[in-house]
Amino acid sequence: MIPNILDSAWLVPAIMAASFLLILFFGKRLGTRATAGIGITAVSIALVLSVCVAGQWINRVNNPPTGAKLAADVIASNGLTPQTGRNILGEVIATTSESGETVAAGAGIRATSGESAMSGASSAAAVAEQAASEGSATEGEHGGEHGGEHESVPPIVHATTWFTVAGINFEVGTLVDGLAAMMLITVCIISLLVHIYSTEYLHGDIRFTHYYAFLSLFTASMLFYVLSSNTLQMLVGWELVGVCSFGLIGHWWEEKKNTDAALKAFLTNRVGDMGLIIGVVITFFAAGATSFNVLHINEYALGGQANTALLLVGALCLFGGVTSKSGQFPLHTWLPDAMAGPTPVSALIHAATMVVAGVYLIARLYAVFFTGLGIGSSSLHYVAFIGGFTTIIGGLLAFVQTDLKKVLAYSTISQLGYMVMALGVGAWTAGVFHLFTHAFFKACLFLGAGSVSHACHHTFDMREMGGLRKKMPITHATFLVATLALAGIFPLAGFWSKDEILAGANAGQQQAYTLMLIFGLITAFLTAAYMGRAYWMTFWGEYRGHAHPHESPKVITVPLIILSVCAVLFGFTNFPKSFFGLQLPGGVTTRFEHYVEPTFAFPPLQHAEFTPWLAVVSTILAAGGLFLAYQYYERNRGPHGLTQRSTVARAGYTFLENKYYLDVLYTDIIAADTKGPLARASYWFNMNVLDGVVNGLGTGARKIAGFVYRDIDQLVLDGIVNGSGSVSEKSGQILRHVQTGRVQQYAAILFAGAVVLAGVFVFVI
Amino acid sequence: MLVNQFLLLGAILFCIGVYGVLARRNAVLVLMSIELILNSVNINLVAFGTMWHVTDPGNVSGQVFALFVIAIAAAEVGVGLAIVLLIYRNRQSIAIDDVDLMKG
Amino acid sequence: MKDFLNSWGLSLAVFLPLVGAVVMLLIPKAREGSHKVIALATSLVVAFIGVLLLANFDYDRSGTLQFVVDKAWIPLINSRYIVGMDGISLPLIALTLLVVPLCIIYSWNHFPEPRNPKAFLILILILETGMIGSFISQDLILFFVFFEVVLLPMYFLIGVWGGEKRQYASLKFFLYTLFGSALMIVSFLALYFLSDKVDVGGTMMHTFDMRLLPELATGISTGAALWIFGGMFMGFGIKVPMFPFHTWLPDAHTQAPTVGSVILAAVLLKLGTYGFIRIAIPILPHAAEKWAPFIGLLAVIGIIYGALCCLAQTDMKRLIAFSSVSHMGFVMLAIASLTSFGMSAAIFGMVAHGLITGMLFFVAGSTKDRFHTLDIARLGGMLKQMPHMGWILGLSVMASLGLPGLAGFWGEFPAILSAYNPGGDLSVAFFRVLMVVAALGTVLAAAYLLWLYQRVGFGVPSAEFEDDPHIHDVSFTEWVAWTPMLILIVVLGVYPNLIFKVTDGAVGNIVSALSGHGG
Repeated sequence: MIPNILDSAWLVPAIMAASFLLILFFGKRLGTRATAGIGITAVSIALVLSVCVAGQWINRVNNPPTGAKLAADVIASNGLTPQTGRNILGEVIATTSESGETVAAGAGIRATSGESAMSGASSAAAVAEQAASEGSATEGEHGGEHGGEHESVPPIVHATTWFTVAGINFEVGTLVDGLAAMMLITVCIISLLVHIYSTEYLHGDIRFTHYYAFLSLFTASMLFYVLSSNTLQMLVGWELVGVCSFGLIGHWWEEKKNTDAALKAFLTNRVGDMGLIIGVVITFFAAGATSFNVLHINEYALGGQANTALLLVGALCLFGGVTSKSGQFPLHTWLPDAMAGPTPVSALIHAATMVVAGVYLIARLYAVFFTGLGIGSSSLHYVAFIGGFTTIIGGLLAFVQTDLKKVLAYSTISQLGYMVMALGVGAWTAGVFHLFTHAFFKACLFLGAGSVSHACHHTFDMREMGGLRKKMPITHATFLVATLALAGIFPLAGFWSKDEILAGANAGQQQAYTLMLIFGLITAFLTAAYMGRAYWMTFWGEYRGHAHPHESPKVITVPLIILSVCAVLFGFTNFPKSFFGLQLPGGVTTRFEHYVEPTFAFPPLQHAEFTPWLAVVSTILAAGGLFLAYQYYERNRGPHGLTQRSTVARAGYTFLENKYYLDVLYTDIIAADTKGPLARASYWFNMNVLDGVVNGLGTGARKIAGFVYRDIDQLVLDGIVNGSGSVSEKSGQILRHVQTGRVQQYAAILFAGAVVLAGVFVFVI
Repeated sequence: MLVNQFLLLGAILFCIGVYGVLARRNAVLVLMSIELILNSVNINLVAFGTMWHVTDPGNVSGQVFALFVIAIAAAEVGVGLAIVLLIYRNRQSIAIDDVDLMKG
Repeated sequence: MKDFLNSWGLSLAVFLPLVGAVVMLLIPKAREGSHKVIALATSLVVAFIGVLLLANFDYDRSGTLQFVVDKAWIPLINSRYIVGMDGISLPLIALTLLVVPLCIIYSWNHFPEPRNPKAFLILILILETGMIGSFISQDLILFFVFFEVVLLPMYFLIGVWGGEKRQYASLKFFLYTLFGSALMIVSFLALYFLSDKVDVGGTMMHTFDMRLLPELATGISTGAALWIFGGMFMGFGIKVPMFPFHTWLPDAHTQAPTVGSVILAAVLLKLGTYGFIRIAIPILPHAAEKWAPFIGLLAVIGIIYGALCCLAQTDMKRLIAFSSVSHMGFVMLAIASLTSFGMSAAIFGMVAHGLITGMLFFVAGSTKDRFHTLDIARLGGMLKQMPHMGWILGLSVMASLGLPGLAGFWGEFPAILSAYNPGGDLSVAFFRVLMVVAALGTVLAAAYLLWLYQRVGFGVPSAEFEDDPHIHDVSFTEWVAWTPMLILIVVLGVYPNLIFKVTDGAVGNIVSALSGHGG
């Protein structure tokens, strides 16, 4: 029997961490080949394990635990306070009995449940027995599936105490469910391909070893983050990926431009992290101040007694972290600058994995956002709006870029906005699905851009490209596939996920998100248009550069091919139940939703059905975008030179070129003023006011001391002392004349004295 | 027994001594004059001692005192002459007026 | 063995350095080698005793004092020689025992002008006595004596071996701290006279015994308690140092020799925070409750203010010094929350700050040795010129800005967490505002530290130093001195339980008197 990898999922990040340590300590000595070898081997193992995890998870969903085992799973995995344990158990038993499972008596529960849940378990045993007697006949394993719901399959949680302070148990552990398994696979596949790709791309780089060490550390941190069972652990992983991003953006740190970008990325993220830290604290206290456990917090948020206002604040604070990490307006500005790092890194970190950490956070703590923002009930709310808004502003900015990577970077921002918007409108599966598909085609685009630049003397300037389709056929083909996938052309991956988001926004919750739908449709058009622009500028027309482009070697092209295949195929993982009347069997459709969407501690969501008219409209828009781009950039038709003729167009262009002046606001106003005038003012205050007071006290004390010394001590007190001295001296001066030194004189005086005394004796007495 | 004549002799010797101490410039003569003064005192002491002997035969304090004075005088002359000798060696003079280093 | 440790362990740890210093006094100044060996051996023996103590410490009873010695000292005023160690003092003692030998090793070939290893090492050993003594004293007068013993060696270290403005800096340090101590001793005396008497061999006397005072001081009127706390606040607050009493710190740090800066940052500042946790708050919890918002406010101002001042610095060492103001703000915020969680966070913060800032000062000192300047504008390209040093600086910077996985994070995050739900009757809303502002401090911390690193670590070396033959990578003694600290920074970051486990049982006593203190 295959060992149950679900229970030892910690191995996946651990392998990457081991790889990091190996490379860190021995990389220099082993040489570049061995270094890359270590990294690639480790990721391969991690990928195999991830696939096992996914497989076993699918198996678990297909054969869900039932009755006592289910209850035991829930209790043991959550390891919560007896109070919460009881609540969860009650709910589990309720749901299972509803769906027609036979709930066995709680005999097994006591044996498997954790100590902390003992009382909960024993009391729950009674509930279980009761439920068992009331439970109706079984309905079949996939009984509930037809309605889009299936059995509640609790995630597998394994947590151990990290440390305990003041009764608060800080845990570290793994939480494996469909979402985590999906992320594991995504991260591992892309990381593996990037590892391989980099052997060629960074061939001969001065910091090859460092690069691979950081790649391993990044992958380890990302996997650690993905598998986190609690928010604190997520915070740790979150920050660690941030540092790796910092190190990799600043990979060529000799140049100030690169380090500036690295700093900007880290600091912008820190601004958001501030929100994340506070959000973690708030959700912790909101959920009873006993545990950081994700499921526990979600459970609480869904429970009736949740403090909605506090959850709203918590959700918004958490969203602060999402805003920075996932490049949402207005903290998206670091992401284009982050392109200063090596291209494979951009593909891995700044397109496929790290930047979706924010989206993952929302998906993970969805109940908090759901309840806090009232996703199910309210109309417009902050998260959905920001997501929608980001898609548009990112898409617009992509038009004015001449740097191929920056086009992709803004595209990433735009697509991340899509995902956030999807989660914001309640289309959880759509958002996560888009995360999944986007990772592959965007990584493909980035690596393709890297391949192009590798051929063109390391430039990313599209004005120096053109006509590359003949010289680099494989790169061209894969880039085209990925572009079409991103544009959302049927039947590529992007089509399915984008369409699901649009359908979700359309169905929404009570049709409240029409604005988001409009945003989404506009973006569908924009995406196709700017990707068309980039594609035609790069691959068509005449070559405008000075290098001699040639197709890249296999190490580069094979990952591209793999990714483009993913971009074609992965869209079908969530094939709709009904596609223009085509109804495939239930075991094939919406598999992604079936396996990935949590069924435990998860808010009740409506699932939007495939909407034919939306699919048609969005495809027309995308095709239109591509067509217009073709006309404008390839055929040179359309209003060229508009920016010269029209003031409005010029103003708009300038506005876009300056990135909405946000960078001016951040760098030149906020950052510059903080480290300039404000810092100087503080320091001035320190040196002149505070230190002035101290020094003033010192000077004052010295002055007073001077006065005391001169005027009191020296003049009065010492005056008395000195006065007595000088009086003696003066009198001595006078009296000295008496002392002649003549013995006979003395004797005479002596005798005279004796005579006088004698006289006194004789005559007076 | 009358002590008058002894006292008179003592007074005369004393006066001669005082005169010598105050008026002579020669240090040796000054020392000799001091001797005269001391001896005049000795005469007085012995005279009074003998006078008291009549009423209190056991009492010889006066005579004993006189012996002490003689011994002290001998010592004093010894030291004094040594000083004079040193002064003479340094200054080739024993004129007492010249020795005024203690002048204030 | 256990009996021996019980009765002699702590006293040995305190006074052995003094013995070593006396031995060194007897050896001629010229024999530098013997001085170094004796000093190192002494500190290592002390550290070994410390290890024995740690090994024999009963971690399940970390809340009770262990290895207690209680002997008459000054019977006239009933001041006693009481020493003992519990979960609060243990981490700090361990830190001291670690840092002192490392400092001696670091100095091995690095004696600052005017050299004189004999005097230098003797002062460090005396310093060790004072520091350990302060952490184990359980009698106010004894504590005060050790607290003051620390002052003088540090004054000489700065004043003799310091930089150009050493005289100003050392005097400022000395007078400022002394000023605080003066108010502190007045408070101690007031506490002594106003608290209830105890039975000493049949007669009722006042006492300085810290173990008894929390109960004996309950009778003190609120007004008097506030004043007494105020005096202690000045004494400890200046040492911490808290805004606005921090201005001695940048000068002292900038002018002090490297080892002086390290000890100052690693241990001396902790005497202040330790004083709050050990003396001020447990003895006068209700006065502390009144003072806490004020302390919290000053702490948070210190966080932001220190960070802003850092951004304005052009001197690396001065920047690190101001970062201490900012980081100690987190510790004080945790203390001001008056929760047992906050106290644990504060102790962790102290140790983490000691290790990290000590490490930063080590690197700054070594930089100065090589470049003869700490002007940030003139440095650059450290990663290129001295890769190992650059990485070590990078790690320390990351630890200092509170990266999870390194020690600094567990000082910061729990401090923020504790401020969310302060203990006693403290205003929750007010402390939540403080929490948010403190979180802003983490952003600024990242800003000034990374900016520093960008200017010092990244880039290429300036033409001035490009071919300087004096500039070499980390030397052997530096490796020996730094490795334990670096390892601890990582280990504590990954497994914070090492400290939390020890403190957790002990901190409950501090705030137990407050009504409804939170978790």
